[in-house]
Amino acid sequence: MAVAFDEMNGPGGDLRPAYRELSRWLKETPPDALEYRRQEAELLFRRIGITFAVYGDAEAQERLIPFDVIPRIISSKEWTLLEKGLKQRVRALNMFLRDIYHGRDILRANIIPDDLIFQNPVFRPEMNGQSVPHDVYVHIAGIDIVRVDADNFIVLEDNARTPSGVSYMLENREIMMRLFPDLFARHRVAPVERYPDELLSALRSVAPLSASAEPTVALMTPGVYNSAYYEHSFLADKLGIELVEGRDLVVKNDEVFMRTTEGLKRVDVIYRRVDDDFLDPLTFRPDSALGVPGLMSAYAAGNITLANAVGTGIADDKAIYSYMPEVVKFYLGEEPILKNVQTWRCREPKDLAYVLDNLGDLVVKEVHGSGGYGMLIGPAATKATIEAFRDKLKREPEGFIAQPTLALSTCPTCTASGLAPRHVDLRPFVLTGSQHVTIVPGGLTRVALKEGSLVVNSSQGGGTKDTWILDE
Amino acid sequence: MLSRTAENLYWLARYVERAEYIARTIDATLRVTALPAAYIGKTNEWESALLTAGVSASFYETYQEATEQNVVEYLAFSPANPSSIKNCIEAARLNSRSVRTALTSEMWDTINSAWIELQEVWGKGTSSREELARFLRFVQETSLRFDGSAYRTMLRNDAYWFSRLGLHLERADNTARILDVKYHVLLPEEEHVGGPLDYYQWTSILRSVSALTAYHWVYRETLKPWLIADLLILNDTLPRSLASCYSNLVRNLDQIGVAYGRQGASQRHARGVRNRLEHSHMDDIFQHGVHEFIQEFISDNARLGEIITRQYLI
Repeated sequence: MAVAFDEMNGPGGDLRPAYRELSRWLKETPPDALEYRRQEAELLFRRIGITFAVYGDAEAQERLIPFDVIPRIISSKEWTLLEKGLKQRVRALNMFLRDIYHGRDILRANIIPDDLIFQNPVFRPEMNGQSVPHDVYVHIAGIDIVRVDADNFIVLEDNARTPSGVSYMLENREIMMRLFPDLFARHRVAPVERYPDELLSALRSVAPLSASAEPTVALMTPGVYNSAYYEHSFLADKLGIELVEGRDLVVKNDEVFMRTTEGLKRVDVIYRRVDDDFLDPLTFRPDSALGVPGLMSAYAAGNITLANAVGTGIADDKAIYSYMPEVVKFYLGEEPILKNVQTWRCREPKDLAYVLDNLGDLVVKEVHGSGGYGMLIGPAATKATIEAFRDKLKREPEGFIAQPTLALSTCPTCTASGLAPRHVDLRPFVLTGSQHVTIVPGGLTRVALKEGSLVVNSSQGGGTKDTWILDE
Repeated sequence: MLSRTAENLYWLARYVERAEYIARTIDATLRVTALPAAYIGKTNEWESALLTAGVSASFYETYQEATEQNVVEYLAFSPANPSSIKNCIEAARLNSRSVRTALTSEMWDTINSAWIELQEVWGKGTSSREELARFLRFVQETSLRFDGSAYRTMLRNDAYWFSRLGLHLERADNTARILDVKYHVLLPEEEHVGGPLDYYQWTSILRSVSALTAYHWVYRETLKPWLIADLLILNDTLPRSLASCYSNLVRNLDQIGVAYGRQGASQRHARGVRNRLEHSHMDDIFQHGVHEFIQEFISDNARLGEIITRQYLI
């Protein structure tokens, strides 16, 4: 594996310009002062209650995601390019989803094989031919980006269902500003605080035609036991909208209402953080009590906007991911600005053969998996694990893709033995309304806290950092 | 607002108020039991603490005897007692989490910090009276902070009014329960029993509702059962009196009624109870029987809770 690119110290240890002030500041600041601030930050996170739940871990029902106080800095030039690439990609994603559930031009052009869509468990036949308000499917996208060298940001994953983490982007900034006012005074950091306003106006802009001039938006959560519940309540609060559960909603004559102390009130847009499967027991899982009976028929009648739309999971799919460069070209007629990671589709015999021969060097992922579960990291795995995976691959090749192990960039991070480089990724949040695609300058930087580890997921012990986009 | 949000706010306020009340009850009982036997006779004050908390029956399902250790454990820490202080704070925090959008950050901070302290400092209960005293102070301060931050930071809208309804309904219930358990020491004016036993019982009643100093300011007299009853039942200036709780309940329900442009059964019922308190005199109540009066009040109060639930919360 190649030596990772360090975002602060660059190749050959040359301090990169965006990090100049930070580096100077770090030299002036005694290590115990940093440690003291780190503890203070942790206390603040706990008091505010910024936690996530870990399923199956009864001991620690709520955990803190570790927060690293050293910011990750991106220059405005780098950001400008990222922003362009992200907007392009999300535009293409929306057009792809519309096409898949309507004309299917991309299938007829033989760019994507039919069975990859129709046999995919996250494809929703209920959405065939159904129009969604303003043709927007992915209102909120979280695109996972990794950096491999000075010039290249690569897309690792498209999260088009219910991407989470934006509350950390906002809270990390709040806490950094509280703890390090002097450090901010030395930089011009683009603010992220307008994200809730942008989100609300995007959501309002996609209200159905039957909505009033002041559409009512609500955020739907599975409830307090969901791992991202903190984020749900945080966002509802910042947006000034009701945080509803399925039991708060009722469908009458194909309209959706919430139960309030003044009686029923119509809801026009639901930012739902509930998965497709649980939205409506009449259409999807009948055993689920999280959803609202009749919601899908109100949706079909065009009386409610669901954000993100039902059936967007197909764009999350890692097998579809491998076609994204073609998807961008097909719909926009442009070269993709952001590259994909080279991906072998194990469903294709030639690719499978290559993957089986090179398992020790590759990362193999489940096509429908998420959160870093069920993956093989070849270089870090034991022989026995690799062999076990080889059997799985042969049995069910269509369930997997493989990618080279990327040399994810590193950033200086506080560790028990002082500052040390740790691998990071970045999840910017892209909003699509009826008129615009927008991105607040920033995102969630996740950091693998274990030395050498490439796994940044919070469920696997990863932490977060504040992400600074310099405004020059 | 969402019915579920209103319901959570209403119960949140009730839980916090109840935790404080249980803490006060333990505190008052500790004081009485610290007196030499000659002053308190053979009565078991811990048993009466269980009665005023309304958990006597369930206590004896687990414990044989109402000793200080058993009762404190049950009232303050027991997971088996739904009204234990610990359970109240935990329930309050769970409710707060599900209505965070309706709470101000100060209120959330109070509940969340209390919950963290409960886990970290008080997870194993207390092992001495000194520790217990610190714990009780912590609970009372939590309630004060919560109440104060609500008062200072909440918008005066339905979220505020529903939480106030919970608070006053719970408070009225608590005051009524103390009176109901201790009514036998509140005898009619003429029957002068007096004696140190009664004196300390009276003091403990007043302490449970934080009204000992208030009594002296209002009546400028030595403790008299007749006046204690008057203070706790009819005196509108004492925040924990039944009359004061109902003035507040009526006002908050009116505010909701005005905001929603609609009155209903709960407004009517609350006004009825308030009017009865307003037009009562202590001699009539003693004639009628204090116990009977309180019993009726407790069931009227519970009924108001049901009506509010039906009208707004489900």
